[in-house]
Amino acid sequence: MTLERHTYDVLVIGAGGAGLRAAVEARESGLRVAIICKSLFGKAHTVMAEGGAAASMGNVNDKDSWMVHFRDTMRGGKFLSHFRMAELHAKEAPDRIWELETWGALFDRTKEGKISQRNFGGHEYPRLAHVGDRTGLELIRTMQQKIVALQQKDGRETGDMESGIKVFAELTITDILKENGKISGAYGYWRESGEEVLFEAPAVVIATGGVGKTFKITSNSWEGTGDGHALALKAGANLVDMEFLQFHPTGMVWPPSVRGILVTESVRGEGGVLTNNLGERFMFKYIPDVFKDKYADNEAEADRWYTDQDNNRRPPELLPRDEVARAINTEVKSGRGTEHGGVFLDVSKRISAEIIKKRLPSMWHQFYELAGVDITKEAMEVGPTCHYVMGGVEVEPDTAAAVGVPGLFAAGEVAGGMHGSNRLGGNSLTDLLVFGRRAGMGAVEYVKNNGANPVSEAAITAAASKIQAPFDREGGENSYSLHAELQEITHNLVGIIRTGSELRDAITKIAEIRKRSANVSVSGGRKFNPGFHLAFDLDNMLLVAESTAKSAINREESRGGHTRDDFPVMNEKWRQINNISSFDGNQVSIREQALPVIPKELFELFDIHELEKYMTPEEIAKGGSN
Amino acid sequence: MARNIKLRIWRGDSTDGGLKDVVVEANEGEVVLDVIHRVQATQMGDLAVRWNCKAGKCGSCSMEINGKPRLACMTQVASFGEEETITVTPLRAFPIIKDLVTDVSFNYKKAMEIPAYEHPKDLAPGEARMEQIDVERSQEFRKCIECFLCQDVCHVVRDHEENKKSFAGPRFFIRIAELDMHPLDMLKNRKKTAQEEHGLGMCNITKCCTEVCPEHIRITDNAIIPMKERVADIKYDPVRWLGTKIRKREGL
Repeated sequence: MTLERHTYDVLVIGAGGAGLRAAVEARESGLRVAIICKSLFGKAHTVMAEGGAAASMGNVNDKDSWMVHFRDTMRGGKFLSHFRMAELHAKEAPDRIWELETWGALFDRTKEGKISQRNFGGHEYPRLAHVGDRTGLELIRTMQQKIVALQQKDGRETGDMESGIKVFAELTITDILKENGKISGAYGYWRESGEEVLFEAPAVVIATGGVGKTFKITSNSWEGTGDGHALALKAGANLVDMEFLQFHPTGMVWPPSVRGILVTESVRGEGGVLTNNLGERFMFKYIPDVFKDKYADNEAEADRWYTDQDNNRRPPELLPRDEVARAINTEVKSGRGTEHGGVFLDVSKRISAEIIKKRLPSMWHQFYELAGVDITKEAMEVGPTCHYVMGGVEVEPDTAAAVGVPGLFAAGEVAGGMHGSNRLGGNSLTDLLVFGRRAGMGAVEYVKNNGANPVSEAAITAAASKIQAPFDREGGENSYSLHAELQEITHNLVGIIRTGSELRDAITKIAEIRKRSANVSVSGGRKFNPGFHLAFDLDNMLLVAESTAKSAINREESRGGHTRDDFPVMNEKWRQINNISSFDGNQVSIREQALPVIPKELFELFDIHELEKYMTPEEIAKGGSN
Repeated sequence: MARNIKLRIWRGDSTDGGLKDVVVEANEGEVVLDVIHRVQATQMGDLAVRWNCKAGKCGSCSMEINGKPRLACMTQVASFGEEETITVTPLRAFPIIKDLVTDVSFNYKKAMEIPAYEHPKDLAPGEARMEQIDVERSQEFRKCIECFLCQDVCHVVRDHEENKKSFAGPRFFIRIAELDMHPLDMLKNRKKTAQEEHGLGMCNITKCCTEVCPEHIRITDNAIIPMKERVADIKYDPVRWLGTKIRKREGL
């Protein structure tokens, strides 16, 4: 049988927000683009984003600006974000939102008819553009329809709607290919038929999203298997700070089948309060020193904030996610949790049933249909769920180019650096747009300067043999059981609270599973065979888990989405260090790399007293780089 | 509180297939997708089923459960009787690929045939002003998660392959209605093309689509009927008909 081959200028792997935005950019610059999605077009995990997209448009509070947004992002990430990414993001986010409106998006409005903006954890002003609690769906649909608009334009000009941009749905990429040290394309298989496909393209944009399925309790769909992280590692790129995983404080906890499904932060943004089984509003006990001047320490002030934000501090329910998740974890472990191991989140006492259904329609629906709970009348039970990976492919901020691999780009959740040790809610959707576009621009520039780089027959043969391998083995390991074992290990040993001994144990156990996974066999044929699909996803998850565990054991401090029981506080030394993962074909190794020094003009946006909480006296004295 | 339930699953491909009976454990609060996954992990490793979010937000796990088009992730096992056999079959209106997975490319082709949104040329980014009440009409239709259950249930195409060419289906009638009601969209004649090119006239408003919509979008009442009424108004109102001839105005 002859191999199916395609040739494009730019290959975008992943059809969520970042991938589609990159594809739009590359096509509008005149290049031919292929978009790969692992599932159907329009189903990517972006649809799950609920709360909104953070951009300092200043529509609700005109004191907002990119500088305030930048500051919020840096402190949310505990000063570990790459300053340049946080800067670009804060500056460009409003344009990216307004641009969506020119493509047909319909955000909720203010009284003046502008795009409405809501409050969210860690954001000083109401900043999240939203559509009820289904903002991600609006984003993905708008871009999906923008792709169609571009295809219709191509159709009018060439007679073939798919001549300039084509979507390959339900296709998995198993290898990114290189020739002469540069990207040459990618190899994969159609999930539907199991048949193999070669893409030749000098530029590849990875936009594959997250790694949640490595964990047992997660808000992520089956697609979040760290494919892009693993593909990039195998192609010679680095991952940065893979120890930082965001456990979203509020996932559903009951019934068991819905455990982990996300409960949007908007519930708290709209006034939802967290209580334990004693009825105590416990978050007041958990305000860390670095945030004491921004968060109310009593209920009266916290309640007043909803109507008067200028004269009151924010309620502590709206602390950054890492703080709230740890607080809930502590309450439950101290025996003050609910019957099913969560805490209560109640919005019914503050806003009317009618407004709840209008502002949080999918939450109402989700609890009513899946848990039999009417959130307009009763409290929800919630607990932490693995939601987002801050770590990811090390990139050049301006071009989203992967460090060390010419022709490779990464954007969105799969890229690292932007969110530091903890991402603020709402910063993900604008991250997708800002850096999706920049990855598209980076790829265009690269292709113009480099041109095609044909794939060799040897590379094709190697990639093809890997795909066939699990069918040639008999009576080997079952990929479903190995996946379940991996999830137990990460949940128990690399979870929300970590210690050195458990992490060492995890590293050994992950290596054992990886050895066994080399012997996975698959029953049935190639046609739409989920067992076969999982065999490849599993390989990616194992590599990601190894990188996470090894980075976690190396970082001897607690910061953002990485909490060490044996090193419970932040350490100034570690604020200056990124953990860089690389892969030698056999195992992941970690090296420490100095964080770039924040330039003077950005340094000066902060109050010195705030910086003193994070930086060494020497750093403060230097006052940023020139 | 686990118990065993009886599940009957359609297995096969485009050439051949049939219903297979299995007994599988179900726990409290589980949905049909959970037990299908358990069958997959323990009894049928190659059982094909589409799913993504498992929270009713992505519209991937569409199938027919006891003959009714539904999302497997939003259908509680407990909603069936303890002794009842739950039968799961692939969507009937689309060609079978394997087991519970069908070829839904029809919908993506139709999506490409609906003319895109046209933004006013003189309206710069950030300058749009719209009232909440005006965006809400289109927002109702933009809630669509593209599960295609409405397309599956619609009798115009469910058992009539021959109609597919000239009929876009309820999902795309709400797409047209959404653009038609969009406060800023500049493209004219959307209703007219819905009638003439996308088969709006073939719908005889039995409301089956509205009944199966997991997002509770009032497809028939809020999208299809208003468009049909306007099309009829303009076509059969002699004064407006004359207006279109004299002034060369489409008015639709």
